[in-house]
Amino acid sequence: MTDEKSLRYTAEHEWVLVDGNTALVGITAYAAEKLGDVVFVDLPKVGSTVAQGKVVGEIESTKSVGELFAPVNGTVLDANDAVVASPELVNSDPFGAGWLIKVEFTELPPLLSYDEYTKLTGE
Amino acid sequence: MTDSSNREPRFSPLHDIHVALGASFTDFAGWQMPVSYGSDLAEHHAVRTAAGIFDISHMAEISVVGAEAAAFLDYALAGLISAVPLGKAKYSLILQVTGGIIDDLIVYHTTQGEYFVVANAGNREVVVAALLERAAGFDVTVTDITDSIVLIAVQGPNSRAILQETVGLTVPAAFDDLKYYACVGMTFAGKPVLVARTGYTGEDGFELYVEVADAATLWYALTAAGAQHGLVPAGLASRDTLRLEAGMPLYGHELGLDTFPVQAGLGRVVNLTKDFVGRDAIESGPIDGARVLVGLSADGKRAGRAGYLVFDSADASTVVGEITSGALSPTLTHPIAMAYVDPRVSTVGSSVFIDVRGTRIPASVVALPFYKRESKS
Repeated sequence: MTDEKSLRYTAEHEWVLVDGNTALVGITAYAAEKLGDVVFVDLPKVGSTVAQGKVVGEIESTKSVGELFAPVNGTVLDANDAVVASPELVNSDPFGAGWLIKVEFTELPPLLSYDEYTKLTGE
Repeated sequence: MTDSSNREPRFSPLHDIHVALGASFTDFAGWQMPVSYGSDLAEHHAVRTAAGIFDISHMAEISVVGAEAAAFLDYALAGLISAVPLGKAKYSLILQVTGGIIDDLIVYHTTQGEYFVVANAGNREVVVAALLERAAGFDVTVTDITDSIVLIAVQGPNSRAILQETVGLTVPAAFDDLKYYACVGMTFAGKPVLVARTGYTGEDGFELYVEVADAATLWYALTAAGAQHGLVPAGLASRDTLRLEAGMPLYGHELGLDTFPVQAGLGRVVNLTKDFVGRDAIESGPIDGARVLVGLSADGKRAGRAGYLVFDSADASTVVGEITSGALSPTLTHPIAMAYVDPRVSTVGSSVFIDVRGTRIPASVVALPFYKRESKS
């Protein structure tokens, strides 16, 4: 299990698990619940370059469309094919099997702590 | 439209039940209503295959009583209400003098000389105001009774069995052959409940109008009876995908002040054999070439959404329409949408392109509804 308190967060409701110079990225349970049942996920191609704060993917539920923002500048090392095949993983296990992309970065920008993020969502 | 943005939120009398069930809530016309109890898809499928129970107490109920109630409603609404027999319901429209749609509503003929009008939550004030204004000169009393009524919908193939097994609900023999768009008075623990075979899901189902004081116990009794029939509480998210599949319009999306009934495919709702507010404008009709409501069907998983533009080719810059509601259909598993399009691309089989955030997705015009239940009665 991922310890949510050890993760970093963005104001756009992504979580980031930093390991060396890679960042594993997903959306938070709060964001997944707000979206409703996720039915379609579009992720960037492995090898593509992403820029912090830019839209790199889409997470669609039955009722709305959520955007995935890159939390760091870098290169996409991996994208979660399991989530593309089974979008419901974003709802059932947002911090685990529902991860979205892994990005290699050179510099980690300032991100929110668990306390800062939960303050933001008021949960 | 009513501006409810700077008002205190309203809560259903059943709010505490929804909180206890773990619902998430959304603002709907100033009301905090359950959007889902965990999984809107599971709720959608439950209604298609078993049953779902909805709290739709935000809907507006208006009582119309008096010797001239029928004549008044004939004048105030687009349909011929005086032709509705006792115990029947009719889908109708209330129009502006200029022909625009103020709201769509259901009129129940409950008792001789008494009608029960159900309007959308967001249009409550404007509908009540229009009815009161139009009542001048008629022997009729129009009363907004929304705050004293809870509306519970039980929808799905198992809904009839659930009502029959609900402890405390006296189901009359007439229930056995209660037709679609008919209503019957029942009692629950000695208190009156109006039960109508109506709904907004495309499934068989019932809507129960009950006084606030009896609503929570009725909800519990229905859910207890429903336990062995797969009944689940269902929120507004699934209600929206269910009604979209059933091709039912939603005010503010498919219907509005700038829409003529005929554009929305609701010409049949308007009766020109009588005088009514909006008649002259309706007879003149919308301008030539006015867009009409169609169904769109596409392949893949990316759905067109409300506000997305429709084009007639993959690269043309001429807009031929706009989506008013759209989703990945949970039942059909492909994207569906309702859209207003130019008449030249409105025939079934026409091929169009939806601009989905910069990508043109091919789609076909299809007949509405997208989904039709297998009719057994």
